[in-house]
Amino acid sequence: MSPPALPDGDPAPTDGALPSSVLEGAGDRRLGVYVHVPFCRVRCGYCDFNTYTALELGPPSLPGASQAGYADAAAHEIALAGRVLDEAGLPERPASTVFFGGGTPTLLPAADLVSLLGAVRVHLGLAPDAEVTTEANPDSVTPESLAELAAGGFTRVSFGMQSAVPHVLATLERTHDPARVPQVVAWARDAGLAVSLDLIYGTPGESLADWRASFEAALACEPDHVSAYALVVEEGTKMDRQVRRGQIPALDPDDEAAKYELADEMLAAAGYQWYEVSNWARTPADACRHNIGYWRGDDWWGVGPGAHSHVGGVRWWNVKHPAAYAARIAAGSSPAQGREVLDDDSRAVEDVLLRVRLAEGLAAERLGEAGRAAVPALVAAGWVDAEAAPHRVVLTRRGRLLADAVVRVLLGWEQAPAPDGVVTSPSGW
Amino acid sequence: MSPIARTAPKPASTPQELIRNFCIIAHIDHGKSTLADRMLQITGVVEDRLMRAQYLDRMDIERERGITIKSQAVRMPWAVDGSDGPKSYALNMIDTPGHVDFTYEVSRSLAACEGAVLLVDAAQGIEAQTLANLYLAMEHDLTIIPVLNKIDLPAAQPDKFAAELAHLIGGEPEDCLRVSGKTGEGVDALLDRIVQQIPHPTGNDDGPARAMIFDSVYDTYRGVVTYVRVVDGKLHPRERIAMMSTKATHELLEIGVSSPEPEPTQGLGVGEVGYLITGVKDVRQSKVGDTVTNAARPARTPLAGYADPKPMVFSGLYPIDGSDYPVLRDALDKLKLNDAALVYEPETSAALGFGFRIGFLGLLHLEIVRERLEREFDLDLISTAPSVVYEVTMEDGSEITVTNPSEFPGGKVKDVREPIVRATILTPAEFIGTVMELCQQRRGSLLGMDYLSEDRVEMRYTLPLAEIVFDFFDNLKSRTRGYASLDYEPAGEQTADLVKVDILLQGEQVDAFSAIVHKDKAYSYGTMMAGKLRELIPRQQFEVPVQAAIGSRVIARETIRAIRKDVLAKCYGGDISRKRKLLEKQKEGKKRMKMVGRVEVPQEAFIAALSSETDSKDSKEKSKK
Repeated sequence: MSPPALPDGDPAPTDGALPSSVLEGAGDRRLGVYVHVPFCRVRCGYCDFNTYTALELGPPSLPGASQAGYADAAAHEIALAGRVLDEAGLPERPASTVFFGGGTPTLLPAADLVSLLGAVRVHLGLAPDAEVTTEANPDSVTPESLAELAAGGFTRVSFGMQSAVPHVLATLERTHDPARVPQVVAWARDAGLAVSLDLIYGTPGESLADWRASFEAALACEPDHVSAYALVVEEGTKMDRQVRRGQIPALDPDDEAAKYELADEMLAAAGYQWYEVSNWARTPADACRHNIGYWRGDDWWGVGPGAHSHVGGVRWWNVKHPAAYAARIAAGSSPAQGREVLDDDSRAVEDVLLRVRLAEGLAAERLGEAGRAAVPALVAAGWVDAEAAPHRVVLTRRGRLLADAVVRVLLGWEQAPAPDGVVTSPSGW
Repeated sequence: MSPIARTAPKPASTPQELIRNFCIIAHIDHGKSTLADRMLQITGVVEDRLMRAQYLDRMDIERERGITIKSQAVRMPWAVDGSDGPKSYALNMIDTPGHVDFTYEVSRSLAACEGAVLLVDAAQGIEAQTLANLYLAMEHDLTIIPVLNKIDLPAAQPDKFAAELAHLIGGEPEDCLRVSGKTGEGVDALLDRIVQQIPHPTGNDDGPARAMIFDSVYDTYRGVVTYVRVVDGKLHPRERIAMMSTKATHELLEIGVSSPEPEPTQGLGVGEVGYLITGVKDVRQSKVGDTVTNAARPARTPLAGYADPKPMVFSGLYPIDGSDYPVLRDALDKLKLNDAALVYEPETSAALGFGFRIGFLGLLHLEIVRERLEREFDLDLISTAPSVVYEVTMEDGSEITVTNPSEFPGGKVKDVREPIVRATILTPAEFIGTVMELCQQRRGSLLGMDYLSEDRVEMRYTLPLAEIVFDFFDNLKSRTRGYASLDYEPAGEQTADLVKVDILLQGEQVDAFSAIVHKDKAYSYGTMMAGKLRELIPRQQFEVPVQAAIGSRVIARETIRAIRKDVLAKCYGGDISRKRKLLEKQKEGKKRMKMVGRVEVPQEAFIAALSSETDSKDSKEKSKK
């Protein structure tokens, strides 16, 4: 996944070279690979990811800008990754996770995905127990394609189910038939792949009953893993325009909160454990190791247009458009457009904002003085789990819904909340 | 060709018989500036190629708003055929401010004239402020020349309004001149009429010099430029002059006339109008209404009518960025140089920080000052709701003057007095009921009503000033589809059943929102303000009650519910930089928050809650663009 607007940063070197600062502590960090596939059959109204339909792309000026030539271009970047990491003097770390996201990776032939995984094996190495995931649309897979992926080394598939309710899917402009979800889950199982389902809540017009129905349908498939995201109406999307014009109602954060709580309750009742704000797994082993890498500050290389990478405190992001990307690759230069080398303050901020999202929580020693001092108040407010405190900051259900506020408090940017229920009110009312 | 005077009378040596001093009384938009432009052109003092619209209006704001804030005087030559051939006269046109806030300045301008051109839009008829100024002119015994302007407009009804004017000032409808400032039609006839009808000055030629200041303008390069009408005697360059109110003396560095660019002369003779420059830097040293005399040979008695400008409306002005406070202070010091009516003192608000409580002549004055501060000094300001001056008597007999609602005493109050005004409203007859309803809502009492013509009515009311400073005029305009006009003058004070309504956020009083209102309106004010704040203040980590209270009695309550969701659902590889920057931005945003107790209130909420009407604010924003 890559967000719409790229951040402002410093220019990235054309050879992609990394500063020596990335070496510090590199041995303790795992390496993940993210491959962005920027193609979709149709664009959904809410989506602001860096993805393109064939129509939007037009006839390609370079082979790598098209769906057909894409795998080849991406493979070149994987080769570049191998050289850059090597030349930086980083220790040999075979990729422990690979994640194909998009877009719709499964719009590419399974053979392309398998060959890209092959490129990872060749240029970076792949750990024997590596977790290899692809995202997929329920209507972009067949039993054959799933079997081919499994045979090629994929271990996991994450289906964009979003909802089981037709009018909700229609508002989201998802084209798949909800009845197809159990079927593709069964095919994936048969192929030996672990299965995750992605759901979206808070779609305009979705009732609490609709959400419950979607969740029941998802749980009936007995997935190994569930992600549930509140719908975000991003600026510039079609849905944003529809909301502005009053064609569909605006999002209601209270409704979203209620749906999150419902989801968390239902998942807990079904035996799933939350391990990150928006992610639940049947067992700890079913958690998505690739994503956990993001929150623990591991290294990862993002391949493809608009993809972001992080290696030892250096973040960079590739040019956004497939044509621009293909041009850079064809010219033999790094596709990175900009980068930032995080200073200590920024690293500390990211450390808090990422780790606090995890069920394992954030060790109190990673906090500054103000943050540590605020922990008791956060516990009193019911936002932070009393049992883990004060050594670890672990969010309660309520705290998860207020995670950003917790982060601001832990960073000392905002006052700690008052104890729950105590609201000073003057005489009279 | 028009009779441009070939041999214009020389300043300082023009006999009084050849001088005509006049002003133009007109409503905003009735075309005074355009008529003045034509006069400048027809008399030849401004060449056609140098002409620009509203030539005499210097400040940007004047030109943009089409109003005249500071008056000016222009000397124009004009020849009229007499029994012994053409004779050249010197015409001094004294421009008057048209707005109710500047009545005192208007009255000083009138005192400098012998006659007035009453200029009325032939499509609209006379407006309340014009009427008020007309009465003022009549009180000064000025000769009135009624003129209907804009006769070129298709909607002009000159016959109808000529009858109305005749009714008002006496005389016959035929006496009304009909002109078009736009095309120039009838303007030379008007100039002839000015010469024929307006009496020449009749001052004492040899007496000690007495000149009345009718305007005083600060110029960055030249210091204060003072406009005077010489009533008696003569003023010469390089002599020492004295201000009779302060006894201060200054050397006359330059003396001259405007035609319309400043032209130094050998002095100003009796009856003449011109400017003085003494090198002083502050208009307060050269006050409108004061009498200038010769320091060596001073006059014994000053001219009548001098009064200090008295602020009627007060408002707190605060910089949005607290670090701009010194900039605001310097800006006010600079504006003061050019605005003798501006008074201010530092003030601290718990909610808004450091600022100034500023006294204004009226609402337009407030708006103009605020706009100049924002525009010329690049300041972003919050202004608190305008308030008037209340006199409070406590039960122990002590007296307190309240210019800021938060200073309203809490103890045992015996009575509260508020300023009242006598308001004149001119409206088409069909809106009589509407206007009465509005005035009643605003605690007005009807003094009388007269038909100016078949379908136009003059209504006179006593109204509390506090009721008209907020949004009365906007309301009047919108309820009468823009046809009604308003003028008012101070008319003393009255005791009234007034209370202070406080607004509390989570039990903490927010001083900026306190208001003094009539007891019967306390509830509606409280409900309105609490409702507005509930909409404007973002949800917090905890529930926030918003209450309106009189003393310790709560009269209205709204609740801002606690925020339930404050988390980004997705935070993967590509989201992290964005997320961190978003958080850092929120941290910056906190700096623009004012803390009221534990409640964070964004500046924008203060601004929105304090602006009287969102609609009128929006339309203003638009007109700026």
